[in-house]
Amino acid sequence: MPVLQIEDLHVSVDSKAGLEVVHGISIEINEGETVCLVGESGSGKSVSSLATMGLLPKGSLKVTSGRILLDGENLLDLSPAQLRDARATRMSMIFQEPMTALNPVIKVGEQITEVLQAHTKLSNADCHARVMDILDQVGLPDIERIARSYPHQLSGGQRQRIMIAMALVLEPRLLIADEPTTALDVTTQLQILKLIKDLQVKHGTAVLFITHDMGVVAEIADRVYVMNRGDLVEDGPVSQILSAPQKDYTRQLLSSVPSLVPRPARPVTDPKPALQVSELNKIYGGGKFLSKTKTTHAARDVTFELKAGRTLGIVGESGSGKSTVARCVMRMIDPSSGGIRVGGQEIAGLTRGGLHPFRKKLQMVFQDPYRSLNPRLTIEESIIEGPVNYGMPKDQARARAAELLELVGLPASAAQRYPHMFSGGQRQRIAIARALAMEPELLVADEAVSALDVSVQAQVLELLAEIQQRTGIAILFITHDLRVAAQICDEVCVMRRGEVVEIGATGDVLGNPQHEYTQALLSAAPGRDWDFANFRPVAA
Amino acid sequence: MAEKTLRGAFPLSTRLLTERVGIAPMIAAVVLALIILAAIFAPLIVPHDPILQDPVMRLKPPSAEYLLGTDAYGRDLLSRVIYGARVSLMIGIGVTIMAVVLGLAIGLVSGFFRTADAIVMRVMDGLMAMPSVLLAIAIVSLMGASIWTVMAAITIPEIPRVVRLVRSIVLSAREEPYVEAAIALGTSMPRVLWRHLMPNTFAPLTVQATYVCASAILTEAILSFLGAGVSTETPTWGNIMAEARIYFQLKPMLILWPGLALSLCILSINLLGDAARDILDPRMGKRED
Repeated sequence: MPVLQIEDLHVSVDSKAGLEVVHGISIEINEGETVCLVGESGSGKSVSSLATMGLLPKGSLKVTSGRILLDGENLLDLSPAQLRDARATRMSMIFQEPMTALNPVIKVGEQITEVLQAHTKLSNADCHARVMDILDQVGLPDIERIARSYPHQLSGGQRQRIMIAMALVLEPRLLIADEPTTALDVTTQLQILKLIKDLQVKHGTAVLFITHDMGVVAEIADRVYVMNRGDLVEDGPVSQILSAPQKDYTRQLLSSVPSLVPRPARPVTDPKPALQVSELNKIYGGGKFLSKTKTTHAARDVTFELKAGRTLGIVGESGSGKSTVARCVMRMIDPSSGGIRVGGQEIAGLTRGGLHPFRKKLQMVFQDPYRSLNPRLTIEESIIEGPVNYGMPKDQARARAAELLELVGLPASAAQRYPHMFSGGQRQRIAIARALAMEPELLVADEAVSALDVSVQAQVLELLAEIQQRTGIAILFITHDLRVAAQICDEVCVMRRGEVVEIGATGDVLGNPQHEYTQALLSAAPGRDWDFANFRPVAA
Repeated sequence: MAEKTLRGAFPLSTRLLTERVGIAPMIAAVVLALIILAAIFAPLIVPHDPILQDPVMRLKPPSAEYLLGTDAYGRDLLSRVIYGARVSLMIGIGVTIMAVVLGLAIGLVSGFFRTADAIVMRVMDGLMAMPSVLLAIAIVSLMGASIWTVMAAITIPEIPRVVRLVRSIVLSAREEPYVEAAIALGTSMPRVLWRHLMPNTFAPLTVQATYVCASAILTEAILSFLGAGVSTETPTWGNIMAEARIYFQLKPMLILWPGLALSLCILSINLLGDAARDILDPRMGKRED
């Protein structure tokens, strides 16, 4: 008998209109099996898992029909108290963001002990022994100290290990992992994936793994269910889904995954440098005189050059200083020392007023398309803001905005609407149009496609490449995703803890990495052995 | 989808509004509207001149001619209470407008510019350290009592609360990428403040304004009661109560009626403020279940 059997599950919005968001899905998971539920945002994958845990937000979503059987018992028939009991002992869940899932004011050891005390009658000593045992199993060092730490004192990877320890301490039959590695760096992600796999083998837990990342699927899944807009598109063993997908949607999803094999670099067309950064330093903290505080060297002697019409990628994990460099270049923050030359003009030392003429030359596209547009302004008002600041008559700016909207593939009618009426990908297009309205020489894209689904990501990347070809703009592309970097960048600069460890042509850096850190990053990239777009393993 | 639910929750008709905020704010709105109308049309509706003294008719109980009776100088209590609403509302509204406008301007600047912030917030801390009634009494005794000095005296202690609110909103809003984008687009600082930051403060300010208004009316009554408010010839709720104080054991009704008007007025304003918060800030609002 399967551990979890979902039969014809329907979930609707809990209101009179009752819009259905999950249209009858059926999933089966056996003991010791990892099943991946894959889909883009809005596919209903998280809703399905929350329904299983009985955690659907009350008053906004409800299960309308179907059965969810855990070891043959229908969870939908259980009373709230029974369900609460089942949640810890027989099924448990780990979430995407371990910082928000842990209580910040209780020591992590106590949080795990709490789970034990709520569901078992173990003595204090036994509890402690169990906690130490599970902390040891999830591979944490110095477990006595970790148990006495508060969540903020641990790293993201350590916090996620604590979450896993908490979820598995009662040895549940089913573990639901909702994007557990999405917020983590690739090297940490690899470790966590390994850990889940190891513990699963040891305890025979059934794992329902929810992810949007095909790389992770290739790493961890035994079987895969593909979801789209609340429907189950396709399911099957992982090798079959990856190598011979039956449905168009699956094929399209797989072909959107950017390849890790770098695209050939383009010839240098214009030798004019658009951006020169030399020995850039940014030191945070330091306090004032009399009050010395600890300093953080967020960028250390960063030097690179970017020619017009080309794309330089800065890759690195969180805390590597890549965003600091981008914000220094944009002069959103003041560099501590070093030079930034835009089109041959030094801007590192300019004041707010002196900077005004140069703002026009550099524009930025931000990570979160939901927050980078003012929700109270229409699209047109947002786009014409820059040109009007630099003295363009409003009528002319409006005409230009209409052209730009067309350029980024949006209808002219979009101009009078507000940001909330658009999807994430469309908003990112609008943000690009807004940046282009200034006719900049340099576009800084800070994780500009990281918040988007892969299919949308592919479209936005294509748009950027097309615009670059047409306008000869230089792009500084900040990303943590090596796949994206491989596809869009001519040159790549790898950063770690504020320092540039390797810089060069994309083909060289990612094809034949010299520095050990670059090698580590590449070998941690999930699904590196699989060529998704061609449905076959990477040719060695 | 969450957005859709929230937008659906915004009231489009009266029926929806009652469903969302309950019946109490509706009653409050009606009571407040009646008080405002009475204040505006006071000269037309009062049965007697509120300051005309008639020694023969001192301390009379309620009758057909004097519905609420008369005070120690033989003046009609009902007429005086109605006229009292004029001063109270004028001060409430005047103080609210001044406190919100000044507080908004100071708060915006203080939230956006660090150097200004360091100075402005220390001044505000200093103001908040003083009891507001005491500060108001000091200001009134320095400048002499008139409706304008009373208004100024009540406004000054109210400003820091508005400033703090606006500043906290600006501090969080200025980290939004759209504000950074505006700076990158070369938008001047005053324009960033005006166009991108200020609109974020409107909803919370509307709610705060109702509390400022209620608090101003109350402070005015306290000042009048203590004899530090507008001159005793002008009928205000505080003045009427102050004069009635000595006859409290004899004629408790003399204090009851202006007190009741004051309480009703403040309760109505506060209820409307709560309703405004429920509507404008969906996170704090009641859940529809």
